[in-house]
Amino acid sequence: MSTISITLGEVAASLALVAVAVAVSFWRRAELEQDIAVAVLRSFLQLTAVGYLIQAIFDTDSLWLVVALLAGMVAFGAWTARGRAKAVPGATGPILLGLAVAAAVTLGLVLALRIFKAEPRYLVPVGGMVIGNSMTAVAVALNRLADEMHEGRRQIEAMLALGATSFQAARGTLARSLRSGMIPLVDSTKTTGIVFFPGTMVGMLVAGAEPVDAVRLQLVLLWVLLGAVALAGLIAVSLGYRGFFTHAHQLRES
Amino acid sequence: MTFSIPSGSTALLGPSGSGKSTLLRLLNRLADPDEGSVRFHGTDVRELDPLELRRRVGLVPQLPAPVPGSVADNVCFGPRLHGEDVDPEPPVRLAGLDSSFLERDASRLSVGEQQRVMLARALALEPEVLLLDEPTAALDDAATQAVEEALRGLRGVDLVLVTHNRSQAERLAQRTIRLDGGRVAA
Repeated sequence: MSTISITLGEVAASLALVAVAVAVSFWRRAELEQDIAVAVLRSFLQLTAVGYLIQAIFDTDSLWLVVALLAGMVAFGAWTARGRAKAVPGATGPILLGLAVAAAVTLGLVLALRIFKAEPRYLVPVGGMVIGNSMTAVAVALNRLADEMHEGRRQIEAMLALGATSFQAARGTLARSLRSGMIPLVDSTKTTGIVFFPGTMVGMLVAGAEPVDAVRLQLVLLWVLLGAVALAGLIAVSLGYRGFFTHAHQLRES
Repeated sequence: MTFSIPSGSTALLGPSGSGKSTLLRLLNRLADPDEGSVRFHGTDVRELDPLELRRRVGLVPQLPAPVPGSVADNVCFGPRLHGEDVDPEPPVRLAGLDSSFLERDASRLSVGEQQRVMLARALALEPEVLLLDEPTAALDDAATQAVEEALRGLRGVDLVLVTHNRSQAERLAQRTIRLDGGRVAA
């Protein structure tokens, strides 16, 4: 595989575009200058740190370290998604389980189908993408769930009054929540290559790979992500809705 | 406070904020009391299967909350939850609507018609008791009359009616229990 190297000077040069963003924000009073500065600094520190971490993992070639790193990503992703789905009672467990199962099952299948080799070079970036996308989907789905449980309270309680179980009363809500978590990825998969070039493909092309190889890897990743996001959303929503109900199939006071 | 509701038709009368709706939701265990207990035929409702209790003690909510679909879909909703299929026409007629309503989209009916669909939906489960939470609060005079007429025509089901309207209590109930500041006045 061909490689390219980028000097720190070249990285620094791209700050020119950050200066454009700051100027636009300042000129039009979007008041984002401080956020942009924080974002640039954080992205530099986080990516540099993770770069050294991944380098270290590649050097040791230890699968246990890979598992530990992915577990850390699951924990951080769950914490982030939890912050965005505050209105769902007791969501931490469902989110953690959703992300962990999505990561384990998709990586397990990818290995079992011999799409990638069981090496840190493949598992770390693919696992990171799976967990990151699952985190976003879970956050969106649970947010929608909380909104719908709030707005649809009367309808849901009317169904409970007819002898519906919590699950029967929430079924429509669960379907719509899962859907809203999955739709962004489904839509971007539909328009990929036409409206935008996904990051992996861009990266491979810039790094000098053959376009056909770049496309094939991108397809694998997109399709793997679809499965991961569906699993994570399903688990988080199917377990998360229970926080809104008691064991006696009553809606909890909000 | 302690009171019992005999069979027949009973109105719980009280000003808004006196806890009438909450009380009704305790009777079919949509909520549990912080203290005290609710008994149904002498058994604490917390010892009963809540789903079965709610089929035996039906509730018509204050505002209609139809499920998406036709009137027939709404009326059959309760029985279908536990795998029974019923003919939607008898309950719809009992609720004072004719069979031409069956295939109409429930969400497109007037509020008064929707409220009768709610009544038909509760009746389709053949409950022993029907809880009515201000069943005409959202309705105009004509619709109120139609719903009251349907309620007076019901046989073989006990009614527990919550209302702030004394004359409605007198029209629909054999007995009235007045709730004032959390106390019962007979």
